[in-house]
Amino acid sequence: MEKQDLLADYRTMVLIRSFEEHCQQQYTRARIGGFLHLYVGQEAVAVGAIGALKAQDHLVTHYRDHGHALARGLEPKPLMAELFGRSTGTGKGKGGSMHFADKNKNFWGGYAIVGAHLLLAMGIAYSIKYKREVLGEADQDGVVMCFFGDGATNGGEFYEAVSMAALYKLPIVFLCENNEFAMGTPLSVHTSVTEIHKKASPFMPGERVNGNDVEEMRARALHAVNHARTEGPYFLEAMTYRLRGHSAADPQMYRTRDDINARRSGDPIALLKQKLIDQNLLTEKQAKQIDKEVEKEMDAVVQFAEESPAPDLSEAWTEIYSKPL
Amino acid sequence: MAELNLLEAINQALDQAMANDERVYIIGEDVGQRGGVFRVTDGLHAKYGEKRVIDAPLAESIIIGSSIGAAMYGMRPIAEIQFADFIFPAFNQIISEAARMRYRSNNTWEVPLVIRAPYGGGIHGALYHSQSIEAFFTHIPGLKVVAPSTPYDAKAMLLAAIDDPDPVLFLEHKKCYRLIKGYVPDEHYTVPIGKADIAREGSDVSVITYGMMRHYAVEAAEMLAGEDINVEVVDLRSLVPLDRETIINSVKKTSKVLVLYEDNLFGGYGAEVAAIIAQDGFEYLDAPVQRLAGLDIPAMPYSTPLENEFLPTPSKIADTLRDLVNY
Repeated sequence: MEKQDLLADYRTMVLIRSFEEHCQQQYTRARIGGFLHLYVGQEAVAVGAIGALKAQDHLVTHYRDHGHALARGLEPKPLMAELFGRSTGTGKGKGGSMHFADKNKNFWGGYAIVGAHLLLAMGIAYSIKYKREVLGEADQDGVVMCFFGDGATNGGEFYEAVSMAALYKLPIVFLCENNEFAMGTPLSVHTSVTEIHKKASPFMPGERVNGNDVEEMRARALHAVNHARTEGPYFLEAMTYRLRGHSAADPQMYRTRDDINARRSGDPIALLKQKLIDQNLLTEKQAKQIDKEVEKEMDAVVQFAEESPAPDLSEAWTEIYSKPL
Repeated sequence: MAELNLLEAINQALDQAMANDERVYIIGEDVGQRGGVFRVTDGLHAKYGEKRVIDAPLAESIIIGSSIGAAMYGMRPIAEIQFADFIFPAFNQIISEAARMRYRSNNTWEVPLVIRAPYGGGIHGALYHSQSIEAFFTHIPGLKVVAPSTPYDAKAMLLAAIDDPDPVLFLEHKKCYRLIKGYVPDEHYTVPIGKADIAREGSDVSVITYGMMRHYAVEAAEMLAGEDINVEVVDLRSLVPLDRETIINSVKKTSKVLVLYEDNLFGGYGAEVAAIIAQDGFEYLDAPVQRLAGLDIPAMPYSTPLENEFLPTPSKIADTLRDLVNY
């Protein structure tokens, strides 16, 4: 997608927000269990950055993966069904919230061991290069975009991944979503270098961008993806702010309600809405209409999940090895 | 057909696999120009080039993590962990990602990855160059774990592992590398993963074992042959999947069984084998299942007498078998 359709992006961001709000509701009603990490407040990062990818590009992400899945175009129904633990879910109920994936979209999934997936992403990028250079597959020009949080940049695997990606000039964009917290630990407490992109600067070019501005996010992601496709790895640090807890069960002792309210002015959806209105691309009435349509779609999504059957118990024993042992 | 040692047989398998399939590449520490610290990859860098025989950074998590990603996207990587003791920085990648990938993705992705790891002691490697690691990995469904101990099996099972769509941990006993020789067919052939081998037929007592202990058990059996004790030695070769049928058939035949392994006794792989025999072979047993294994101390010590104290040796095995036969 070369030319950005801001109205379409707005709609996707509203869709993600609404999906997350419905997840929260269903979690409160105990229809969704386990651990639920909402993407509320960070929507512009996924929508802006993933919109810079082509169909042949690859996406690997962290456990807060709902927004990335939806931005990549995965259907919301099987995602919600997965959260409900139903057989119609993306993982047939085996995975739950943190492990969405879809091969057809080159969406390699969310990974819940913080930082470990950077090496997987690097391996996919290595494979692209290998296919091109050793197997002679000239059409292999994909780029891997790998998302992770600021909290993932202190472990060794972060440095292993950026070092080797640079060494082999791999087609990969490292995208750090800096939401200022590693779970409940503020940036200044968890890292000595709070400008995260500087951690990668010895290895590759990179920059800090406003992750709450979907237009800027798209523009810089396009630059990063083009660089990765032609030159080698690139690092983006997207500044954003998580407006909800780390998980749905987070009492948020590490910040006050006033802290959060003070950041609502940076809400990426509100910012984009105002921009569209200012540019006469959207009216309040149309915005309400979009909200209504998305709400209706989400009601159908939840209904689909509710009405889907639970997995058969035999499902526990499937897909362990290529053939049962 | 040529007489090769275990190391040469593995080298031949790697060479044939790389010649047959360009998707196969090798990544590991010093595997390139140097040909590996044990020289298992000798000559392959010159033959296949630096893009297919890759000198990795000294970071096992990179070696395994990048190989998992590449395997998911169509490659057939063979990752070498220079010493099995070094595998733990990559433990998470193997357990959390490689083993679970098929399960978490509804069969969408698989990880056709072979991890070669020289393991085991008796070579004065001491704290970080002698350990057995199989119990950590056989515990995890989604992985296959093999430990062939003859040149014939090593070549065949490595080729089978490379063909296998699932991740395989391929354990190579370091002491076997140059010590154990045998005839190896020149052509490409495989032994199915999951089949045990009767290393020695016998009727009085069974030893269930693998790795270097296969050879020690056979040595002990030869010692006891002069005492009219007829020992059967079962070499498991494949730890996951496990050939339960061959084990139980041997127990049926001899009614007395020693489970022998080099790893620490407590919670070792042989504990599972002993439990299976106790459960499925109870009615055939004339004596309690016995185990002989490495000592329950933090690591294999360096000094020769201490190392020998740690390891089951042919004479210790023979002593244990004598007691068992006389039970």
